[in-house]
Amino acid sequence: MSEDLEFLLALVLNGASIGLMYSLIALGFVLVYKATDAINFAQGEFVMLAGLIVTVTLGFEGTPLLAAVVIVLAVMIAFGFGLERIVLRPLLGRPVVAVIMATIGLAAMLRGLGPVIFGSETRALSLPIGDEPITLGPASLPPIQVLGAVVAIVFFLGFSWFFKKSRMGVAMRAVADNQQVAQAMGINVERYFAYAWAMAGVVSALGGIVWGSMLGVDVQLALVGLKVFPVVILGGLDSVGGALVGGLIIGIVESLAAGYLDPYVGGGTKDFAPYVLMILVLMIRPYGIFGRRQIERV
Amino acid sequence: MFHREAGIFKTTYGADMALYPLPIAKWTVIALALLFVVIIPLTVHEYYLSILNLIFIAIVGALGLNILVGYTGQISIGHGAFMSVGAYTAANLAVRLGLPFWLTLPAGGLMAALIGVIVGMPSLRIKGLYLAIATLAGQLIIEWTINHVPAISGGAQASIEVARPSLFGVSFNTQGSLYFFLLFFAVLAIVATLNLVRSRIGRAFVAVRDQDIAAEIIGINIYRYKLLAFAISSFYAGVCGVLYTYYFGIANYEQFQLIVSIDYLAMIIIGGLGSVLGSIFGAIFVTLLPIVIRIFMEDVGSLFFTQAEMANVISGLRLGVFGGLIIFFLIVEPEGLNRLWRNIRSYFRVWPFSY
Repeated sequence: MSEDLEFLLALVLNGASIGLMYSLIALGFVLVYKATDAINFAQGEFVMLAGLIVTVTLGFEGTPLLAAVVIVLAVMIAFGFGLERIVLRPLLGRPVVAVIMATIGLAAMLRGLGPVIFGSETRALSLPIGDEPITLGPASLPPIQVLGAVVAIVFFLGFSWFFKKSRMGVAMRAVADNQQVAQAMGINVERYFAYAWAMAGVVSALGGIVWGSMLGVDVQLALVGLKVFPVVILGGLDSVGGALVGGLIIGIVESLAAGYLDPYVGGGTKDFAPYVLMILVLMIRPYGIFGRRQIERV
Repeated sequence: MFHREAGIFKTTYGADMALYPLPIAKWTVIALALLFVVIIPLTVHEYYLSILNLIFIAIVGALGLNILVGYTGQISIGHGAFMSVGAYTAANLAVRLGLPFWLTLPAGGLMAALIGVIVGMPSLRIKGLYLAIATLAGQLIIEWTINHVPAISGGAQASIEVARPSLFGVSFNTQGSLYFFLLFFAVLAIVATLNLVRSRIGRAFVAVRDQDIAAEIIGINIYRYKLLAFAISSFYAGVCGVLYTYYFGIANYEQFQLIVSIDYLAMIIIGGLGSVLGSIFGAIFVTLLPIVIRIFMEDVGSLFFTQAEMANVISGLRLGVFGGLIIFFLIVEPEGLNRLWRNIRSYFRVWPFSY
């Protein structure tokens, strides 16, 4: 295998594993949009919050990791339920712009108050997985990336099964499809909205653990959320599979751009390429690869 | 003869849309003009003038964003970036070509309008949440470009120093003189917006916001008006950016990051969407809030936080309080401070003989 090809393959593998970690966060976004039609600009802040909670819990001497995970899951589920009840439910039936701005406000609030309450220093979150790079063909990946990718895939399989087979999943799809008909079928729509936000909380909790242990936990962790938008636009806002594929593509594009363009422009293309791709998708195919073709054009 | 009204008895549309709905409004405007042009600059300390100056700049930006979000019903999370476009255009023109402010100011506005139209282009095909995401991408791309292209950003730390504006040999280089400079543009922006929104264009904007399909049916070219809204709104944003540049004497991309876009959204939501007075209230509120928080925290916060943490705590609290207020106003009072003001006013208008 030539050196160029090896370099390419290494970039692709690295990008794919990062991309799967993006998908994990994007999944939280898609779950909420699919069920409730609300767009969540605070997804990155959810991840930050989860990361903060894990590190703060682990900060107490002798807390086992498992306990911290259980606590963060519980807190994020409660947070999801509370958020739906306090913020989103009063905004039901209001213009979509109102919901967007409410989640932007929520993002600002979490990003502002998080460091005030928990302290603004960067905390390390180390998982007991070692830091010996795992060699995969030409690429050697940090174990946390591999773990993140595995968690993402497991979640996707889980949610695919959940939406296809489980009673609750089918009900959620019904709510997403047509709220009035779902209500007529005896589904408690509002309760399923709350479930969707709680599920976004669960996904964010896991995202917070893997991203937090990769980047360290501080306010900057919330910026990961900005990468969610290219992922979901590319994959389709309401498609679980789309989040997976979109994440993979964005991860690979980002890694290729960093590998091939950075030497010419002096770095930083990683944070640039995904948004250019996203603008192109918005202009050509705004519903994404797998999204429902239901865009109002006026 | 002294008398009070007993209700609202307008019989023509003209009377309803008049700039001065009541004689008292004219007197209020004259009194305010006297206050701001004569009394305040003569009596107020320089520190308070600097706060007023910041408020004037914020008013221009808030009015612009309100034309887009409040009147036309489009959303933009990219106004911080449009400001930076105006700021860097003006800074480059002023430093490289030595142009005076009365040329760089409109140039910065026009450049921002052009970029705004390009970023707003997706609004022709998509709306609501997609537009929000598209403008967010615009914000991030413009931020990145300015930061990474030395030809625009002037190299070191992506900032350009500019001389203070001058007119007829008089340089506006103190807070007191900048006060008049900025007051002029704030008033210009207010009057322009007041007249814009009651013109044919302004009514078309409102029609597009309220029911786009119906607007199209009664013969409003929605594409044109949406792009026009983006153009006008980003023109204001560009001018606002230029004013910031002249006020601080430096164009720096850090003043125009995503967080600024959110600050301005907070202004118009707290102040009142679709209202000129609301934009002014919002600009005042959002500019004063951090100052109030700082004063409060310096007194009370030192009990809980060390001096070193204070800067972080204050900026965090500021953001947190903005976020909370956005949510609060959206849920409780979607029409913002302007609505509260109108409630008070209409109560006293017919007081003490309501109905």
